Amino acid sequence: MNYNTDKKGYYGAFGGAFIPEMLYPNVEELRQNYLSIMQLDSFKQEFDELLRNYVGRPTPLYFAKRLSEKYHTRIYLKREDLCHTGAHKINNTIGQILMAKHLKKTRIIAETGAGQHGVATATVCALMGLECVVYMGEIDIKRQAPNVARMKMLGATVIPATSGSKTLKDATNEAIRDWINNPLDTHYIIGSVVGPHPYPDMVARFQSVISEEIKSQLTVLEGTNRPDYVIACVGGGSNAAGAFYHYLNDISVGLIAVEAAGKGVNSGESAATSVLGKVGIIHGSKTLLMQTHDGQITEPYSISAGLDYPGVGPMHAHLCKSGRAQFVSVTDDAAMQAGLELCKLEGIIPAIESSHALAIFEDKAFKPNDIIVVNLSGRGDKDLSTYIDYFNL
Amino acid sequence: MNRIKNKLSENNKLLSIYYTAGFPQLQDTVPILESLQQNGVDMVEIGLPFSDPIADGPTIQQSSAAALQNGMTTTVLFDQLKDIRKTVSIPLILMGYFNPVLQYGVEEFCKKCNEIGIDGLILPDLPLEEYTLHYRPIFEKYMLSNIFLVTPQTPLARIKEIDSISNTFIYLVSSAGTTGTTRDISEAQQVYFKRISAMKLSKPVIVGFGIKDKASFNEATKHTHGAIIGSAFIKMLATKGLRGVTEFITALRKV
Repeated sequence: MNYNTDKKGYYGAFGGAFIPEMLYPNVEELRQNYLSIMQLDSFKQEFDELLRNYVGRPTPLYFAKRLSEKYHTRIYLKREDLCHTGAHKINNTIGQILMAKHLKKTRIIAETGAGQHGVATATVCALMGLECVVYMGEIDIKRQAPNVARMKMLGATVIPATSGSKTLKDATNEAIRDWINNPLDTHYIIGSVVGPHPYPDMVARFQSVISEEIKSQLTVLEGTNRPDYVIACVGGGSNAAGAFYHYLNDISVGLIAVEAAGKGVNSGESAATSVLGKVGIIHGSKTLLMQTHDGQITEPYSISAGLDYPGVGPMHAHLCKSGRAQFVSVTDDAAMQAGLELCKLEGIIPAIESSHALAIFEDKAFKPNDIIVVNLSGRGDKDLSTYIDYFNL
Repeated sequence: MNRIKNKLSENNKLLSIYYTAGFPQLQDTVPILESLQQNGVDMVEIGLPFSDPIADGPTIQQSSAAALQNGMTTTVLFDQLKDIRKTVSIPLILMGYFNPVLQYGVEEFCKKCNEIGIDGLILPDLPLEEYTLHYRPIFEKYMLSNIFLVTPQTPLARIKEIDSISNTFIYLVSSAGTTGTTRDISEAQQVYFKRISAMKLSKPVIVGFGIKDKASFNEATKHTHGAIIGSAFIKMLATKGLRGVTEFITALRKV
């Protein structure tokens, strides 16, 4: 089985481009050009140069000695939290801002949940001198205030999404509407492996630098480029797509995707799409989606704003349904404990999103010789107020 | 018999009204429809509300949210419309987003529409490619006209392709944007309507998005076969409800 997208933008039964005609020219322009632009030597050179000297890549692949001792296995952390702006999101925004320049777009829009993607987009817009408008749910604006301030300092306009649940899903709707209303000069930088084809494939390719580095770094550290498992958290799924990418078709490497169970998968307050979702269409893509019997999209919940999304990217829907990846869900409580544990054992404060991936060791036992890579997708500074409230710090 | 084709052949400037099912009150769906027919509307688009309507502006989005709050569902709508052909004879089109149709079952949905006497569907997020790839035979089996949108940015070759695959009319989106824009019909839009008209397409074109009153209706239909009014009608419903329908349509129809 092939786990990459086909020419029509499908991963197995998932993907495609379910977009209104108003978006057809924009999406089609991108679809026809993204691969050839990405293959240009000038593009590759500029992308690589910025990743190295601006983002700070390669990020370390760090052997977490004390964490490994505790769980009797060999755990490596891929330190995406050390990227400029504090998360893996910037790998994609650097790629897409260069793409937008090649397409001669002068205005950038984006959606954001936790604010990491919004900050990464505002950053690259400042870098390139392009106008930047970021849509963010009104509720997320309140719970992620430091990131809102960062975006404003970087020159972006932050527009609150006031419809629906006032979170990531609604911010995405508003960004799509903006794009419909501004079809000529605007590029929409989608922050995850979601949306109509070619977005899931394009974003996955920009993020694939993560697994590319894991391969070469592991060769030096362990004498093999294949870990036994790669583990990553999944909201829309961009950090997981990046960490899995070069291992998708190598079935000797186990892939584990960790979703947010919120207050429990069956609590009614959850974002565990692989368990609660059915096949549906959200934001231009056929994928697994949390929805009512009648096809209305339901409100997800997670303590982590970045995982608070009712769908997953179509690649992940395919990995889940085909059994290529194992999907696990982790509660708010388990994630918070795992986050605190990493602080105490390794001196690293993780984003709550990433803490979900770390929580897997409480439930799942690995062999002593297993080589495990956990993608530490972001740092926890932005989550301090949530940590403070939760642990009464 | 195809009601849409028959209506289009009458050679008047066709007036179509869009409204959201179950808004302002859950039980308003059928009375509004009957009133629209009585007041001489040529065709009606009944909106099946969706939680995340990305092609719509705030007015229709809010009406959808209110309708869902009122308890509107696909099943409720089909139930409300089951005897509609006893009282309403004008062409009826269901307009909505694809996910609720997918959940109902595409074939089951089309079958139900056919039983009720629905003539066509407008599903903005089911584009040409997905339709031809997966669903065209089902629509044809149940004699449902699938109506495609064309915008000022739709390339020429694609307009021709849409024309060839359409079987009643083409929905001309008046300008780049979501529904409910308040701009008047501009010079540039007239140029665009003329350009489409000059293409001598095999299907009539009907303009939607941004038509709000008699003046904009007249402007929009100079070079087209008709026009669709949505957000302006919804706004009226939000304030006056069912009792405002006659006044609204009379003002449009006044010679």
